[in-house]
Amino acid sequence: MSSHEVTLFIDGKEIQANKDVTVLEAAEENGIYIPRLCWLKGLSPFGACRVCLVRANGRPQPACTQRVMDGMVVDNDTEELRGIRRNIIDMIFVEGNHFCMFCEKSGNCELQAMAYRHGITAPKYPFLFPQKAVDASHPDVLIDRNRCILCSRCVRASKEQDGKGVFGFTGRSIDKRLAVSSGEGLAGTTLDVDDEAVSACPVGCLMKKRVGYAIPVGERRYDQEPIGSDIESVAANKGGE
Amino acid sequence: MCVSNEAAVREVCERFDHDRTRLLDVVREVDERLRCVDDRSMDAIARELKVPRADVEGVVSFYSFLSTKDKGEITIRVCNDVVDRMKGGDEVAAAFEQALGVPFGGGVGRGSAGAGKGGVDGGDIEGGVSLEYTSCIGMCDQAPAALVNDVVVTRLTPSAARTIVRKLKDRSGSEDLRTLLADSFGDGNNSHDLVRSMVENSIRRAGEVVLAPYESDAGLTNAFSSSPQEVIRVIKASRLRGRGGAGFPAGVKWEHTRAAAGDQKYIICNADEGEPGTFKDRVILTERAHLMFDGMTIAGYAIGATQGIVYLRAEYAYLRHFLDDVLAARRRDGRLGSGLADGFSFDIQIRMGAGAYVCGEETALIESLEGKRGQPRFKPPFPAVKGYLGKPTCVNNVETFCCVARIFEKGSAWFSSIGSAGSSGTKVLSISGDCHRPGIYEVPFGVSLRDVLALCGATDVAAVQVGGPSGRMVPPADFDRTLCYDDLATGGALIVFNQGRDLIDIASQYLGFFIHESCGYCTPCRVGNTLLKERIDRIRDGHGHPSDLDYLKELSSTITTASRCGLGWTSPNPVTSLITGFPELLEQRIPLDPSNNGTGFDLETSLRKAGQDSGLPSYEMEV
Repeated sequence: MSSHEVTLFIDGKEIQANKDVTVLEAAEENGIYIPRLCWLKGLSPFGACRVCLVRANGRPQPACTQRVMDGMVVDNDTEELRGIRRNIIDMIFVEGNHFCMFCEKSGNCELQAMAYRHGITAPKYPFLFPQKAVDASHPDVLIDRNRCILCSRCVRASKEQDGKGVFGFTGRSIDKRLAVSSGEGLAGTTLDVDDEAVSACPVGCLMKKRVGYAIPVGERRYDQEPIGSDIESVAANKGGE
Repeated sequence: MCVSNEAAVREVCERFDHDRTRLLDVVREVDERLRCVDDRSMDAIARELKVPRADVEGVVSFYSFLSTKDKGEITIRVCNDVVDRMKGGDEVAAAFEQALGVPFGGGVGRGSAGAGKGGVDGGDIEGGVSLEYTSCIGMCDQAPAALVNDVVVTRLTPSAARTIVRKLKDRSGSEDLRTLLADSFGDGNNSHDLVRSMVENSIRRAGEVVLAPYESDAGLTNAFSSSPQEVIRVIKASRLRGRGGAGFPAGVKWEHTRAAAGDQKYIICNADEGEPGTFKDRVILTERAHLMFDGMTIAGYAIGATQGIVYLRAEYAYLRHFLDDVLAARRRDGRLGSGLADGFSFDIQIRMGAGAYVCGEETALIESLEGKRGQPRFKPPFPAVKGYLGKPTCVNNVETFCCVARIFEKGSAWFSSIGSAGSSGTKVLSISGDCHRPGIYEVPFGVSLRDVLALCGATDVAAVQVGGPSGRMVPPADFDRTLCYDDLATGGALIVFNQGRDLIDIASQYLGFFIHESCGYCTPCRVGNTLLKERIDRIRDGHGHPSDLDYLKELSSTITTASRCGLGWTSPNPVTSLITGFPELLEQRIPLDPSNNGTGFDLETSLRKAGQDSGLPSYEMEV
């Protein structure tokens, strides 16, 4: 073990990690999947969805922002944390208007996949049925805010990867909404269909026009295997070494 | 109004050196001059400051006092805090609405539509008027209250509201709103030429630390005769803890900020008291500004800062010119500026908030000062290491700085001899609600709640909200508990409720406050508070189900555990303190044999409401 490495324990399993990484990254490198929605590789961590909440040395922290420390004891897959994650996923569903059966993203949607992974078939909280605007002004990209989960992946990707700042947020609290950098809607911005921001969307909020249903429902990514399986399969392979 | 005026926008941006960290100041000023920040103004600001346009809208839409739509020349913001409504705020609100002919949040009117109906004769309010509700404006001891632009009007009645509308109609263009709206000015500096406000201090009990007379700058002189390290040792010896509510030891915070590497360090005074029921900082700012500024200067000397900033809540804008004048006097007297002590230079500026409770959280406050949405930051790094503009920053409360100056006047041993074992000194309390003598009480730590209630003349008490909605609703069985960091810790708000109050409805109103004030960054706080209110309202209205209590407990626990900052950690407190302190109240309200079979659905009410909404004749249920 080099001086750049630390040892930590996730659900009792001892792992080594570079001292500069987060708990989420350390877990992933060791084949442990910590559920997440607002985190996306290559973007600065945001810590907003709270789905990746773990207990680090007893303290609740998002795994995506918590740095590893030597000797750190992390709880990830516990009854308490699974319950909190289910509640948070439920909240995300009821604060939006999500109709999976009519959504082109179904099967490729990280929110839907997260619900399935956590055994959620219907939320226990009452639907809030908010009014959220659709923006179809752009020739190639559609915004359906009914499906937005305010993860900021498009906001960060546009700033950090596309160098543009096309997206932001307006309002606060339960009235917070995705905003675009123009008074004339998405068409008034510099967004290009090939921008990273468009593909960063985990749900069906930012959709490319005219490319729907290329893969039939039932044969899509999370129709095949639960979200996180790719990460966990690394563990399976390692276990066989 | 609100004609986007690019020249005006450019001028404002220029005055702030096109500095994007001053974005909040820029939009505040544009909003003040043009009475809104509309699409074209936002475009122009984005261009001038070279920031994404979405970031400009993000800031404008975040703060309650800013608007993307025209507000007219006059904005009346009626405080809808629990205490204001207890004191007749709803009737006052209705009187404003009727007299103006403008609904709340319903755009700009001229007041003429109200002619005849509300008892106010015709005529226009020049430039138009808009009507809004606002969260607690720090006037609970003289509620109901409202803001007319920056001017505070207190002890309102429906007829006082109509008089205000009348005066606004009769106003000649340039007439000073302060003189126009107040029949007389309040006590102390409230009558100062630069304040001219009808607000009253209502100091019922001045203690020996904060509200005792302070004329000299003895504290400052004594501090300067010691080394900065010695100053920190004295503060640590005094065992002074933060007065804003969290109670972090001030000396430790200073030590960390001093030790942190940085070519520039900052002292920030948190004057953003937004906790409903709290108004002590307003009185301290009015009457003990020098004491506070001395404390800030001492703190600057101790940690090696050259710049101090007071972040003043927008609701207290009426104190701005007065405080600026106090600072100017201090510069003239050599109490600010260069060469204060052995190479130490220090200056203080006032910066304004724009209506956001969450900015009382120190990292949200710093974000706000940097011209962003007031969203709390990740910690670590703490402000002591990486704060304002990335530099080591020490944030303390108004009252904490006052204690600092007094400690150097009278000594740390004197200070720590006051109060209780774990909590030295005094606490300034803001007391309001159902009591005979609401106002400001400075008491030594360790006093029992029962004694405080006797002081303020509260009888027939059903509950006391200690620490505002983010604190606890305390039942009579706990009135012998004491106010101190080890028992009932509080930022100082005590709201008294008598036996006639509906505590479940009060909890619901407090949840409404948190829903309004959540920044919306993290899911549990953004959504969870709305869900809590939905269920507590159901119980309040008699449609609860026994299983709702477990539902509320579990939901509260998720919000408290998973939220990102103190707002979400405490926002379920109105619910959890009802469940633990007043279980019988909830059980009484939940039908034993619910005719709704636990669905929470009341067919009769729903049909009646549907009938009203559709405009059809009312539908009578046959049972």
